[in-house]
Amino acid sequence: MLFAILLGFAFSLFLVFAGKFFKGNFSILAAGIPLALFVYFSQFIGRISNGEVITEFHSWIPSFGVNLGFTLDGLSLLFSLMITGIGFLVFVYTSAYMKNHKYLDRFYGYLSMFMAAMLGLVLSDNLISLFVFWELTSISSFFLIGFNNTSRKSRKSAIISLAVTGIGGLSLLVGSLFLGSITGTYSITEMLSMNPEIFSNPYYILIVLLIFGAAFTKSAQFPFHFWLPGAMKAPTPVSTYLHSATMVKAGIYLLMRLTPVLGDHEFWNTTLIIVGAITMVYSAIHTLFRTDLKGILAYSTIAALGILVFLIGQGTKEALTAAAVFIIVHALYKATLFLVTGIIDHQAGTRDTTVLRGLRKVLFPVAIAGFLAALSSAGIPPTIGFIGKELTYESTFHLENMAVLFMALIIITKILLLYAGFVAGIKPFAGALPDRFVKTRMPSPLLWVPPVLLAVAGIVFGIFPGLIEGSLVKPLVSSMRLNGEEIHLKIFHGFNIILLLSVITIAAGTILYFIIKPTKKLEIWIGKFEKFSPQTLITNGWTFFYKFSNIWTNIFQNGYLRNYVSTIMVFTIVLIGYTFFTTATYSVDFNTFSPITVYEAVTSIVMLIAIGYTVFTRSRLAAVAAMGIIGYAICILFVIYSAPDLAMTQFSIDTLTVILFVLVLYKLPKYLKLSDYKMRIKDGVLSLAFGTIITLLILEVLAEPKNSAVSDYYAENAYILAHGKNVVNVILVDFRGADTMIEISVLAIAAIGVFALLKLRLKKSDQR
Amino acid sequence: MKTIILRTASTYLLPVLLMFSIFILLRGHYSPGGGFVGGLIASIAFVLHSFARGLDNTKELLRMHPGFLMPIGLALAFMAGVTPVLFFDLPFMTGLWYPGHLPVLGSLGTALFFDLGVYLVVVGVTLTIIFTISESA
Amino acid sequence: MEVLLAIMIGVLYAAGIYMILRRSLVKLILGIIILGNGANLLIFLLGRVVKGSPPIIPADSDVFQSIYADPVPQALILTAIVISFGLQSFAIILVKRAYKVVKTDDLDEMNAIDKDS
Repeated sequence: MLFAILLGFAFSLFLVFAGKFFKGNFSILAAGIPLALFVYFSQFIGRISNGEVITEFHSWIPSFGVNLGFTLDGLSLLFSLMITGIGFLVFVYTSAYMKNHKYLDRFYGYLSMFMAAMLGLVLSDNLISLFVFWELTSISSFFLIGFNNTSRKSRKSAIISLAVTGIGGLSLLVGSLFLGSITGTYSITEMLSMNPEIFSNPYYILIVLLIFGAAFTKSAQFPFHFWLPGAMKAPTPVSTYLHSATMVKAGIYLLMRLTPVLGDHEFWNTTLIIVGAITMVYSAIHTLFRTDLKGILAYSTIAALGILVFLIGQGTKEALTAAAVFIIVHALYKATLFLVTGIIDHQAGTRDTTVLRGLRKVLFPVAIAGFLAALSSAGIPPTIGFIGKELTYESTFHLENMAVLFMALIIITKILLLYAGFVAGIKPFAGALPDRFVKTRMPSPLLWVPPVLLAVAGIVFGIFPGLIEGSLVKPLVSSMRLNGEEIHLKIFHGFNIILLLSVITIAAGTILYFIIKPTKKLEIWIGKFEKFSPQTLITNGWTFFYKFSNIWTNIFQNGYLRNYVSTIMVFTIVLIGYTFFTTATYSVDFNTFSPITVYEAVTSIVMLIAIGYTVFTRSRLAAVAAMGIIGYAICILFVIYSAPDLAMTQFSIDTLTVILFVLVLYKLPKYLKLSDYKMRIKDGVLSLAFGTIITLLILEVLAEPKNSAVSDYYAENAYILAHGKNVVNVILVDFRGADTMIEISVLAIAAIGVFALLKLRLKKSDQR
Repeated sequence: MKTIILRTASTYLLPVLLMFSIFILLRGHYSPGGGFVGGLIASIAFVLHSFARGLDNTKELLRMHPGFLMPIGLALAFMAGVTPVLFFDLPFMTGLWYPGHLPVLGSLGTALFFDLGVYLVVVGVTLTIIFTISESA
Repeated sequence: MEVLLAIMIGVLYAAGIYMILRRSLVKLILGIIILGNGANLLIFLLGRVVKGSPPIIPADSDVFQSIYADPVPQALILTAIVISFGLQSFAIILVKRAYKVVKTDDLDEMNAIDKDS
């Protein structure tokens, strides 16, 4: 399985080098990769449906419990087949849709990178590796949304989607770390048995919220849904693949995967039901007000994701069966509709529903695909959509609390989705063909065959639900620790209230379709409410922070070194001073200190005079000389306090520094009296305050007991281990030799820097 | 600064100071001294010489640009660190010691070569800086 | 005498900061050097400070027989002194170059040089 995942990455990497060479020729061959993977995963159907779980394990960072563990069960299998199957069709479609595009190779690179990451996501058993793949899908989505990188809007949408899903990714990471620290493992399989421990943990709610944060951002749940309509700026194959069929379902996948670990808790169920319900109704209503085909599809995708979250929240076997079927249904019809939209856009040059009409006369096979997909989306028998809708109604009908309310909401959503499906799949093909579309040509079969295949699959699965029942749905439900054996999908359940509701839905939706015509007016009207949408709130927040940081930076990064230093000093003085005066013990025991001898007193006085002279003299030469004296005084202090090595070094360096200054001094600027009296007083007070703080701090620290374990170790082992008696030198060249190595490298760099600054003369050609 | 006294003295001072610096380097493991101090003393010797005799004379004496001492020293120090890894399968920077006592050095080990590397780098760095500055200042 | 050293360090810090706060380039470098000296002494003082017993094992034994000065701060300071020489020379040359290019010694006037060029 690892190989299957890496294949996509490898191909992506291959294109980096070889892409330019092929110049977009043979791009159809790229579709061989998803096809091969599809075949590879198909061969597991038999084993999985017998209840087997295929696992694979590779160590990665075992010390942190992070490993590449892969599990192929019913849930992963369905997603893998979707990723590779729809991936194959999209790859084929792309080769015609983006023909002769300058960056076709790049596009395929991103697509296959995405496919690999998505496969890794659904196969990972380890939460941390799942997180890594999760982020990789976000990143490839970012590149694909911003693929048309010369358009400002594309770039903005890409950034927004990356920001939203990226924050979700972090939330996933934190949640995983929590789970990992509670259970002591990152393996989801191993977590399954620790259900009670997780439930009783006080952080359970927080963990669930973090996981929801990840799933809701990725799967565009309210109020994080707004990135998805923006993501429609991506080329249509991307919208089909990432933003309707696979990537946005990663959140759904995560919720389903963790249902056996975290689910079956009131908080989990209620939150999911409410968020799912709000999302599905909110975005289903939004479809009424869109005129762009992709906009309609985007909102209906969000509504479908809402339905899935809603179903997962119900958590019963019925609901999860419905969710499993609905994932398949949605993948089939929504991908078809997106592909159809892409063809219309490609051939007719517009996606505006208000002008598109009668295209069946010129794009007949496409019309068939659109029609079938619309039927499936509407849940009209004998499509698989009908089965999905029946199951959804059935499980909602059996809800314990407020079943009537949720029943009403789901029916409203379904009615509106039926409308959306009809507008996207039927409306562009119905009616008389306007003159402007007469010259529309039939596209290459590479474009129209994929949607037809998907649409036909929707009908076939509807008529023969047994095809997916045993192979996909049952294993999926079983993989969520529920007994999937009793599931039986059929198209006709007998005359009951559910069937009645279905009929009402279909009738109401169809009437709606004939009454409401999408117009620009409606779209503009709903646009007025944009002011209150989550997106506007968040973008306004961004703008505010941007302005705020601008002002902030202008205040503090004002280009005056003096101000920087003063700010740091004042801050440090206040911070240390405050802590110091509130917590210090003032118990400086002067008796522990050794007495002051005459040598130290004299040296200190000399040093004080030299410091005063350096600071206040008007002559540069005198200042340098006085600074040299400070150095020599320190040198004498080192001698007194038994540091002969330091004394020698200080002496030599001090000499060299003075020489250096004297060499360059007359080339350096003269002193100028630049600051006025007031400023000197202010700076003087600041410096003295800082000096005082330092002195007090030292006295306080000296009162603390010292820990000299390290020094003692070095001192005791200097001769025994390193055959040296000068401990300082032994530390330098032996115990901490690697540090010294780096230090002399730094020295060499400084010398090269000096040399370069003074000697380097640019060639004439390099000069500006 | 080119007084006769200094010029005459520098003729004798240079070899004496250089000898002293090497002495400081070698005794470093047992008494105060070592590569850093030794290198600095050697640099001061050359700087003094250049003051007395002129920079060109000192450069002639050195025969090569002092900057080349930096990579040589770095390489030497690195070799001292990497030898145990390459030949004895020990961690980086493990000290290796020649068994037995040598008359002047005491024990001979990789640490001494490391210190020699430090010495050369310090001489190279200091002289490069001072020479470069006095040439173009 | 620890008190004396602590006061000296405070004075060195104050003097260094005061020099850095001036607008002249040369004073800036002198300030950094003084501050560096203060920091060295600070590290030195925080180790075990004793008189007349350097961290050198007596010739006739393999381990220390009596109290000895803390070797770790000394090793730290030794390299710090040498490194600060490299830093100082680089800073001096940088100042010289900056002075040549911008033709001002006033740090306050150097705040906008990246706007043109």
